[in-house]
Amino acid sequence: MEEQRLITLENISKEFDGNTVLDNINLYIRKNEFLTLLGPSGCGKTTTLRIIGGFETADTGKVIFDGKEINDVPPYKRRVNTVFQKYALFPHLNVRDNIAFGLKIKKMPKQEINKRVDKMLDLVNLSGYGKRSVDSLSGGQQQRIAIARALVNEPEVLLLDEPLGALDLKLRKEMQLELKSMQQRLGITFIYVTHDQEEALTMSDTIVVMHGGHIQQIGTPKTIYDEPKNAFVANFIGESNIFKGTMVRDELVEFCGQQFVCVDSGFGENAPVDVVVRPEDVMLVGEDIGQVTGVIRSVLFKGVHYEMMIDTGNCVWKVHSTTMQPEGSRVGLNVVPFNIHIMHPMKEA
Amino acid sequence: MMKVLKRSYLALILAFLYLPIVVLVIQSFNAGSSRAVWEGFSLRWYGELFRNKNIMDALYVTVSIAILAAFFSTILGSLAAIGIHAMKKRPQAFMMTLTNLPMTMPDIVTGISLMLLFIFTKVQRGYWTMLLAHITFNTPYVILSVMPKLKQMNSHAYEAALDLGATPVYALFHVILPEIKPGIITGALMAFTLSLDDFTVSYFTTSPLVQNLSTLIYSEARRGIKPTMNALSALMFILLLVLLLIVNRRTKEPQA
Repeated sequence: MEEQRLITLENISKEFDGNTVLDNINLYIRKNEFLTLLGPSGCGKTTTLRIIGGFETADTGKVIFDGKEINDVPPYKRRVNTVFQKYALFPHLNVRDNIAFGLKIKKMPKQEINKRVDKMLDLVNLSGYGKRSVDSLSGGQQQRIAIARALVNEPEVLLLDEPLGALDLKLRKEMQLELKSMQQRLGITFIYVTHDQEEALTMSDTIVVMHGGHIQQIGTPKTIYDEPKNAFVANFIGESNIFKGTMVRDELVEFCGQQFVCVDSGFGENAPVDVVVRPEDVMLVGEDIGQVTGVIRSVLFKGVHYEMMIDTGNCVWKVHSTTMQPEGSRVGLNVVPFNIHIMHPMKEA
Repeated sequence: MMKVLKRSYLALILAFLYLPIVVLVIQSFNAGSSRAVWEGFSLRWYGELFRNKNIMDALYVTVSIAILAAFFSTILGSLAAIGIHAMKKRPQAFMMTLTNLPMTMPDIVTGISLMLLFIFTKVQRGYWTMLLAHITFNTPYVILSVMPKLKQMNSHAYEAALDLGATPVYALFHVILPEIKPGIITGALMAFTLSLDDFTVSYFTTSPLVQNLSTLIYSEARRGIKPTMNALSALMFILLLVLLLIVNRRTKEPQA
């Protein structure tokens, strides 16, 4: 049951005016999962979503929905609904008629429509707003109407294209939780597009990191954060120090002019690698007991922690710490083997 | 002092612009047929106007052509605007240039070229050729008044409709048309107004047997202006004024 593949993308490629936007994408989406397409703008995440929604057609490859190829099925015949980036509500209709739009097309009896619309308004906490014009609502409320308008059709899959992008930070956090709990309660598959890595980590079951039309890594939020596959993923998800290094042998790596014990193996001997160390995993200790020593070049207060840039001669380390050391002082740095993550070097694009 | 100067400058301009029309309107109520002497207030010329068969025929031609031309050019122009809007950037810019060109062209060029076309294709000139000509010069104005509404529309509204199960035709009637309706109505009013007061193009594309008010006034004027023409011109002026006020109000308030 857990492995039931609802949507499969096979070798999908897409060009716009000679620019390759998607290059041989392979991906499957399980039933009832919350999958996030994550990446910087221009990485192809929105195009992927639009291909699933039917608004773009792939140049090559297949889109398979529930075992059937749907490449040529127009959007209005697909069992998916979309929440658009800027809501795309119909301004000439009031809130109730916006939500009822899809049901009216299905020629559902009026009473049934009213019942369902009321239920949806309730679900998005906007009961009593039915008669309001959509222009009179705030951004957050319009967003919820857009979600209600899509969900009322009981789609098997809900596509969301950066739905929270236009909201302020606090509202965005609230809506993230609301969306996640909605998805769990209704048991609908969500495919979510965002460039906000924190949002992706908070909400997703599976994250697909995309860059330059390629899928960089697919995994759970924890895998993606703890074991990024390459320097791009490590850099995009959270903050990190990425050093060029050499794998001396299994479980021993050399970088920044120093050998460190690590837990990774299987890279071969004297192989070039990228090394990731998260800033919060570097411990500041006395100069005498550090694995490496360096001078603090700058200190920034970030609220929860201080961010310090520490120069160890041939490398600069970014370190997060709750205690501050003054600029210019010498400190020692320690990293436990478990927190050193080794990756194959990125192919130069 | 400055204020007085400013005011009188403005008054002077307005006087130059509107005094002739004011004189015309006043003269239309003159009981006598002289243009120089005021012989008392009378509606005599208005009465004669409505008894004159030539004028009533021309009125019928003018109004029926204005209505038909507005109707067809509105449909053509609205659909064209939707199509142009959906184009990619470069063909869109090209089509908009093609749209703007006829509007900047002198009416006389439009009129003569249409006349040549009708002669060349051996189409008998008359009511229908005049109608075709009016549809031709009206359509760009409709496109131009519908276009901004399409640009204002959320670019995903059409896709959202498809997404919710609407066929492209359903989406056109239930999402796109309601959104651009204000632009369509403005365009229709503009087309009606332009058609109503057109002289140049009509003159070249009709036969002497089918006259609209403008061409009739022109041919009458060559034989000396009768006071009924004053009355007719006054009526046309007021009708156009009202239409223009409506169009202006609509373009000022996008909500209308």
